[in-house]
Amino acid sequence: MTIAYPFAALVGQDEMKLALLIAAIDPGIGGVLVFGDRGTGKSTAVRSLAALLPKMKAVAGCRYHCDPDATPEALCEDCRALMKKGRLKAQFTDVPVVDLPLGATEDRVIGALDLERALSQGVKAFEPGLLARAHRGFLYVDEVNLLEDHLVDVLLDVAASGENVVEREGLSVRHPARFVLIGSGNPEEGELRPQLLDRFGLSVEVKTPTDLPTRVEVVRRRDAFERDRAGFVTAWEKEQAALRRRIIGGRKRLAEIDVPDAALERVAQLCMSLGTDGLRGELTLIRAARALAALDGNKRVGDVHLRRVAAPALHHRLRRNPLDESGAGARVARAIEELFGP
Amino acid sequence: MSASDAVLAAALLAIDPSGLGGIRLLAAPGPARDRWLSSLDDISPADTPCFRLPSHVGEDRLLGGLDLAATLRAGRPIAESGLLTRANGGFLIATMAERMRPVIAAHLAVALDRGEVVVERDGFSRLVPTRIAVIALDEGIAGDEAPPEALTDRLGLVISLDGVKADGLTTSVERATVSAARRRLVGIRVTADNIEILCAAALALGIWSLRMPAFALAAARAHAALRDADSIEEADLAAAARLVLAPRATTAPAEATEVDPPEQPDRQEEEVSSDSADGDSALADRVLAAAAASIPPGLLARLTQRGVQQKAGPGGRAGAQIASRQRGRPAGILSGVPRGGLRLSVIDTLRAAAPWQRLRETAALPGRRIVVKREDLRLVRRRQRSETVTIFAVDASGSTALHRLAEAKGAVELLLAECYVRRDEVALIAFRGRGAELLLPPTRSLVRARRALADLPGGGGTPLASAIAAMTALAESSRRRGKSPLVVLLTDGRANVARDGSGGRAQAETDALAAARMARTAGLSALLVDTSPAPTPAAQRLALEVGAQYLPLPYADASAIARTVQAAATRRGAA
Repeated sequence: MTIAYPFAALVGQDEMKLALLIAAIDPGIGGVLVFGDRGTGKSTAVRSLAALLPKMKAVAGCRYHCDPDATPEALCEDCRALMKKGRLKAQFTDVPVVDLPLGATEDRVIGALDLERALSQGVKAFEPGLLARAHRGFLYVDEVNLLEDHLVDVLLDVAASGENVVEREGLSVRHPARFVLIGSGNPEEGELRPQLLDRFGLSVEVKTPTDLPTRVEVVRRRDAFERDRAGFVTAWEKEQAALRRRIIGGRKRLAEIDVPDAALERVAQLCMSLGTDGLRGELTLIRAARALAALDGNKRVGDVHLRRVAAPALHHRLRRNPLDESGAGARVARAIEELFGP
Repeated sequence: MSASDAVLAAALLAIDPSGLGGIRLLAAPGPARDRWLSSLDDISPADTPCFRLPSHVGEDRLLGGLDLAATLRAGRPIAESGLLTRANGGFLIATMAERMRPVIAAHLAVALDRGEVVVERDGFSRLVPTRIAVIALDEGIAGDEAPPEALTDRLGLVISLDGVKADGLTTSVERATVSAARRRLVGIRVTADNIEILCAAALALGIWSLRMPAFALAAARAHAALRDADSIEEADLAAAARLVLAPRATTAPAEATEVDPPEQPDRQEEEVSSDSADGDSALADRVLAAAAASIPPGLLARLTQRGVQQKAGPGGRAGAQIASRQRGRPAGILSGVPRGGLRLSVIDTLRAAAPWQRLRETAALPGRRIVVKREDLRLVRRRQRSETVTIFAVDASGSTALHRLAEAKGAVELLLAECYVRRDEVALIAFRGRGAELLLPPTRSLVRARRALADLPGGGGTPLASAIAAMTALAESSRRRGKSPLVVLLTDGRANVARDGSGGRAQAETDALAAARMARTAGLSALLVDTSPAPTPAAQRLALEVGAQYLPLPYADASAIARTVQAAATRRGAA
């Protein structure tokens, strides 16, 4: 593996970084969509997550790296059997950040009959696919708007159920597949299917920075990284470690974060004034605000958190006129200002 | 672009291929282009791999997959490496890059970004190194075609061999010089000022992608290495500006160039940059001037136009071969014998045969490792989801503008929203004055469609004949790509500009009716929306000749039009 650019060294793009950190603290947030200009470090940010996130505990030898502390229902069949016998062994591994490349075939995504073993030994065995690899981690789809429709259907289905059901070639396998779906793309290449858009918990727009000092800094760091990757990563390890500690602390605090009634009311008011469809927007907004409070080391959710995550949680859910360019972001900002004051 | 710069670009690319990502070579096929490519080969290290990537390349050939012959011989799955793997450490020459499919560009983009690619295909999962540079041979000189932007944004250098003779491309650089420069590359000193100057120059030229200043820096460094220097100087920066930045300029630099940052983030930084402010800004001006001087007249206009064109949507310009593959998406497999154009799915056939190998072993002839029987054969089932391209031809002439251009625009906007839901492609042709113009080639980007529509001015004559001809041509080319075209013509039917651009109502009407008959021969499904204040016989006659449904706008509110188009599209889909 080549060395990835450190997350902490990314210049600017605060909204994108915040959305990714929130997903790292609360994977149940429902995925992150990053849409915007070329050359803004979308892919770099996602691929840098693996090195940033603290290692996770997983069952040794499990193909789905099940969580040894999970309830039996959340385990794969093998691990459940091991648990009954009390022989689950745990080890620490990197959180998987799996690329779903364009052009991946369906059998590699959902898994298929292990051809090698079938041909050489005549054994009917299941070979897990990318969805298995991404379990408990991140599944990254670059250029998500160019992904073939039938693969998108598979992703939506599994992301919603948290379980991958394989029925093909005489195989009947089901295994847990809970992952944070991260999609990125450029809107000029084509629109994203509306069904897929709504599935993403958070959605951020990235724009290329237009002020010279920021741009100079981006190029400078990029150049330093390209010239000496290992050295650059070492130089940033302190910042990376600090960020890692914040994530660990945030995860610990998450369950204890208090969401007062006043905050719930605010959320309801905001969603009503924006006319978002369904309850998914409100639930996501609360979840995201709670994760942000945990990340910032606060005890309860307040206006300050809601303000920062309202746009990423809501702007892709507004009943929108696809032709209205003025942007949902502006509408959310206006609604916040009316409700929370400037 | 001078011949010496073209030669220089080859040298820089040979010195730092992975830093520069590659080159976009605007040239028609011919001796000049061949000479340039062979000179690059001459100066690159002796064993540099170099592969051609045809525009119709399939993903299996690019990424690799199952090697059928070897698999059957060996009796176990054998992987075959793709072009990306084989070109590792060298060059991939993309021929006719202007016709490259977006999905291929996306793979190249990942390869260029990461230097490695995860291949997940046909039961294999491998991480393959792809340290490549891409040479995109762009023959789209006519201006309506360009390589996908996902690719061009990752290629540092751009040169044009337009008007350059092959004889002028003789290089004085030798292979040994390049090898020496490569070794020197790591040691070249880069100062903060170097980076700031290149960033400022990029901004002044209206280049937003942050990859470009980084590529310019790589080019400057390679240039310094070529000069046998150990730090970057003015000549290096100027060369980088000429070869990387200038060809991408979207605005001409302002007279008094503002190189100072618009705002300083804090005091400390202000002091740092004011240290050498005077000398710096003069140098920055000269670098910018070098870039500006090498922008040939007319290039700017062409490039900005290209900028619009090259954002064509997915599948926008696939060739006939690719179209047949695109027809219908794979929708599972079925068993049967391949015939009638149905394609065998090798991997699924092997999977079907696999469980029986033990049983068949005894019956099989010795030496046959895998026994595949007729009942194992599996075919790819494709679902024909014929994509609709809705082509709008909007009459923006004076007579329409007076009455109802705004209403026509409103109707089109509503239709665009429908297309968005169905994920159709849309194209927009406007006609006014002397001829028809394709404002928007078929795309799925609603944002661009809306923008094109909003910017549409009104006024001038009604060149109806040209409009119908343009619309028919576009519909036929869409059909060749396997899409179902649907044309919507919004006009009042009052032609007053003939096919050749001259005025005169009589000739104009004759031409229009002739064009209409051509359209009917093509068998287009069409809808004519009459935009005149009251239904006119001229428009009705025209609709009849085109074989279009006639819909007068006065009685149709915008949503009625939308319903009619939807009904027409549904009928098409059913047909």
